[in-house]
Amino acid sequence: MDSVRGLHTIVCLKVVPKSEEVTINPETRTLDRSQARSEINAPDLNTLEAALEQKRAHGGRVSLLSMGPPLFERYLRLGLAMGADDAYLMSDRAFGGADTLATSCALAAGIRAIGGFDLILCGEESSDGATGQVPPGIAEWLDVPQITYATHIQTLPRKRLVRGRRELRGGYEVVEAPLPCVVSIKLGANEPRFLDFDRWDWAMEEAPVTVWTAAGLGLDEELMGQPGSPTIVASVDVAPSAERRREFIGGTPEEEAEQLLQTIRSWIRPS
Amino acid sequence: MTEPKYGAEEATGLWVFLEQQDGVLESVSVELLGKARQLADQSKQAVTAVVTGYEIGHLAAPATAFGADQVLLAEHRLLREYTTAPHAAVMTQIIMDRKPDILLLGATANGRDLAGRLAVRLRTGLTADCTDLSLDKDGLLVGQVTGFGRGILAGILCPRHRPQMATVRPGVFPRPAGDEVRQARIQRVEIRLSEDDAPVKVIRHATARGGDITAAERLVIGGRGVHGDFDTLRELAALINAEVGASRVAVDEGWVDREAMIGQTGYVTRPKLAIVCGVSGAMQFTVGIQDAETVIAINSDPEAPIFDAADYCVVDDVSQVLPSLIEAIRRERGNGGG
Repeated sequence: MDSVRGLHTIVCLKVVPKSEEVTINPETRTLDRSQARSEINAPDLNTLEAALEQKRAHGGRVSLLSMGPPLFERYLRLGLAMGADDAYLMSDRAFGGADTLATSCALAAGIRAIGGFDLILCGEESSDGATGQVPPGIAEWLDVPQITYATHIQTLPRKRLVRGRRELRGGYEVVEAPLPCVVSIKLGANEPRFLDFDRWDWAMEEAPVTVWTAAGLGLDEELMGQPGSPTIVASVDVAPSAERRREFIGGTPEEEAEQLLQTIRSWIRPS
Repeated sequence: MTEPKYGAEEATGLWVFLEQQDGVLESVSVELLGKARQLADQSKQAVTAVVTGYEIGHLAAPATAFGADQVLLAEHRLLREYTTAPHAAVMTQIIMDRKPDILLLGATANGRDLAGRLAVRLRTGLTADCTDLSLDKDGLLVGQVTGFGRGILAGILCPRHRPQMATVRPGVFPRPAGDEVRQARIQRVEIRLSEDDAPVKVIRHATARGGDITAAERLVIGGRGVHGDFDTLRELAALINAEVGASRVAVDEGWVDREAMIGQTGYVTRPKLAIVCGVSGAMQFTVGIQDAETVIAINSDPEAPIFDAADYCVVDDVSQVLPSLIEAIRRERGNGGG
């Protein structure tokens, strides 16, 4: 928390199946993730980039936090190779099947265990869950302010403030919050950097990745995973796909325009 | 189990949080009132609309006309602009005093910001970004959500915790017809807030020049193949009363504002008609138009994936087709055809 030492940012990072490789088993009507490779959730890369930019500007360090099976460790090491300083993985079957209440509760506990944070950055939402509810949830469990859907952030460490630009429907706003604060970052907010190959050996071999279980964090298993989740999935179905007509229109540009006009006429009457 | 703040046996009533900006209701809030009315009639419950803000008394009338039986007005200077903390504090106060069974919010940026915070404070379940709502045989709210590029539909329940919370995307439900004759009980809520309750300040707020592409019935959308010529797209858009949208490439090139961006990183739209010009049609883009009623795609590459997502396909150069289309529309209108 000492501003002389710079900013301590914790980045929450999720590993998700590549959505285009997830298939649906038509008989069991369940998701088949077995053939899908994993990747770091896309907005989380923008989030890590935003954290590393803050570190470059103000000094300090960047910690990574994730929750999931042990194989996620290698994705955290990729984050370390990009420029993060240390990483923490919450790995326990007790965390499985959690909805956003239980997930945000567990992550907040991990953040408290890391401790000494100024800024907590999360991707706006995950590509597999897509609720966007975890960042506000973490902020509530930690009792700190939140700025969601930021496309740009600026920290003022001496004033203990963070500013975030939020894109809103019909415009944007710039808000200012006291540190510590949770900020969620929009997908595409910046251009994530490449891996730093000078860091590669360190990141893959030496860098510290601390693995925690629920018990190790002193967490009540009744508040974690499925038991700690108020919502249940009552049904899963294959979505009816919206079939398009895919009717091709040909000819010279003038002929094409004439046919298009016939097609769209009913929608474009001047009102 | 996480202990509920209050149980199902105490809970009653179907609530809609009405989001407003500068004294104007968000369209999704009106759509939610219509859906809530329908669910309430089915289950013989009352609909309560909650409006938060400052100088918002005039919104009780539309809230009533669109389906509320009761309107709660929470007015305070610190609620003038949306920031999370004072809104969450006020909503928590009102909810714990009255114990609603269901609470619906729009899945706008601010609606999701508030819902995520509130659900944790109330220790309850929240189903985000619903594409449909219904009540099951026990009267429980079923929130339908989609996953994985909309490949699956799941029904989510919150059996024991209250309120059952859900956010719904704009445009999912139709806008209800207002009934000016409807009556509702209007109640002002006493608010307890101090400056300490509002740690986040809005220091700048700008409204974009353009229209609202999420509410547009007609869209003209440009991508890489437009080669920077958005003037022609704007000309067509003006002629057919459409808004202009863009792919990520067109925004990254600086041809249009980010405000116009459609797709995964931009807005999801549901127009009646989308004319998509020079967009290749990657999945990241097409999720932004998949709810359009009719899609027309113009692209010089016959292999472009956009044609799989289109109803009418023109394999030709945008710079040739669009001027001809503009000309054809003008000619027809000149002949008194429109």
